Amino acid sequence: MATRTVSLTVNGRAATVEVEDRTLLIHVLREKLGLTGPHIGCETTHCGACTVDLDGRSVKSCTVFAVQADGGQVVTIEGIANPDGTLHALQEGFREMHGLQCGFCTPGMITRAYRLLQENPNPTDEEIRWGISGNLCRCTGYQNIVKAIRYAADKLSGRGVKEAAE
Amino acid sequence: MIPGKFDYHRPATLPEAVKLLAQYGDEARPLAGGHSLIPMMKLRLAQPGHLVDIGRIKDLRGIREDGGEIVIGAMTTQHELLASALLAKACPILLEAGQLIADPQVRYCGTLGGNVANGDPGNDMPAVMQALGASYVLAAAGGSRRVAARDYYEGPYATAAQTGELLTEIRIPRPAAGHGHAYLKLKRKVGDYATAAAAVILTLSGGKCAAASIALTNVGDTPIFAAAAAQALVGAALDGAAVKKAVDIAKGMTRPAADARGPVEYRTYAAGVMVARAIERAKSRAQKA
Repeated sequence: MATRTVSLTVNGRAATVEVEDRTLLIHVLREKLGLTGPHIGCETTHCGACTVDLDGRSVKSCTVFAVQADGGQVVTIEGIANPDGTLHALQEGFREMHGLQCGFCTPGMITRAYRLLQENPNPTDEEIRWGISGNLCRCTGYQNIVKAIRYAADKLSGRGVKEAAE
Repeated sequence: MIPGKFDYHRPATLPEAVKLLAQYGDEARPLAGGHSLIPMMKLRLAQPGHLVDIGRIKDLRGIREDGGEIVIGAMTTQHELLASALLAKACPILLEAGQLIADPQVRYCGTLGGNVANGDPGNDMPAVMQALGASYVLAAAGGSRRVAARDYYEGPYATAAQTGELLTEIRIPRPAAGHGHAYLKLKRKVGDYATAAAAVILTLSGGKCAAASIALTNVGDTPIFAAAAAQALVGAALDGAAVKKAVDIAKGMTRPAADARGPVEYRTYAAGVMVARAIERAKSRAQKA
C-alpha cells in the first residue's frame, strides 16, 4: 500500500506521519498523534465535533484529507489552554457558564469559537449564534454555549465578565 | 467513513493541473475545497482514481476587476467572498447568497468554482450567476474557452465542461450602478439545500422596471433561468399585477422533486413566494440606491 509523508505543526509541535492518500485529517489526529479531543460525530460534515483550526481557518477535519493539510499549522482543543497550563478564557467560560452537559460537542465548539473571537473579538449574541452554526449540540439548547463564548469575549477584551450562571 | 482509494496529485501551476487532467481523463477529478466531492467519495457516489488538488495554485485565487467585468478565481472560498469589500460594493448579491451557503467551517473551504462547476442542482451560486449573466472560463491542455452560466447546466451533475477541462475563473459583467438585488432562500436549517430559492437583479428608471433577470435554485434538475418571468417585469411599476405575472411564469418553469423538503406542490408554491419576495426586496433596494 502506497503511503505518503505528511508534515504538520500540531499545537506548536512538529509532527511527521505516513498516511494513505485517502486518510482523513481527523484520523491522523486521533489515531496517529493520539489527540482524541477532536471527536468523530456524524462523519458527514454536519455536526462540527471534529472541528480544528487549520492555517487560521476552522475546518471539519472529517472532510479534509491529511495530504491537503501537508505543511499546515493545526490547533486542536489540546492546544487551546494557556502556555502556563491555566484554562483559556473559552474553557473557563464553558465551565463557569455551564456551556456543556455531555461534552461531546465541546472540543469542536471551543475550537470554532477560538477562531470566531480572533476574527470578531466583540460579537453580538446573534453573531455568536451564526458563528457556531456549523456545530451541533444536542444537550444544551445552545443558550449557555452562547453565554460561555460571550464570557470569553468579555474576558479576553478586558470588558469584565458577567456573573456565572446560577 | 473513509473514501475509496485514489492517487493524489498536487500541481503547483495551472499548466501542470490541466496536463494531469488530460493525462488521466475520466479517471481524474479536480479537488477544490472538497466539501462536495469528499462527502460523495465517502458514500461511493464518486470514485475517482486520481484527485488533482488545485488548492495550492495561487493563480486560481482572488477577486479583481478587469474592464467591465468582475473576475473571481475559481479557488476563491465562500469565506473570502463574504469578506470582499469590492463585492460588497459592486456585486452584493454574492454576499447575500454566500452567507446562506452551508456553515462557517464549510465556507472556509468551499470555493465559488466548486459551487458553480459541479452541476449539483442544490448549489446556490449557479442561479445567482445566471441572474448576473456571468460566464465561466474553462481551461484545458489545448487552450481555454468561455461558457455562459445560462448555457452551462445540462442536468444533475451534467454540465458543458468536457473531460479534461478545469474551471479557472468566473467573470461577471459589473451590475449596473443603482441596481437592486436579492437572493431569497427557504431552507429548513443551516447547512440545508434550498426548498426553493430565487435570485433577482433589476434596475429602475422613472419608477418602472428597466431591466430584470430572475433565476431559481433547486426546483429542477438544473438551475432555472426564468427569462420570460423577468420579461414580465420590464416596463412595469413592479406592482401587484406585474409581480403576480412573473411569479406565475416562474412557477410554471419549475420541476421540483418531491423529497424530505416537501411535495411538489409545496416546493412549487415556495418557489413563487421566494420570487415575489426577491422582487420586492430588489425593488426596495433599487429605490434606495
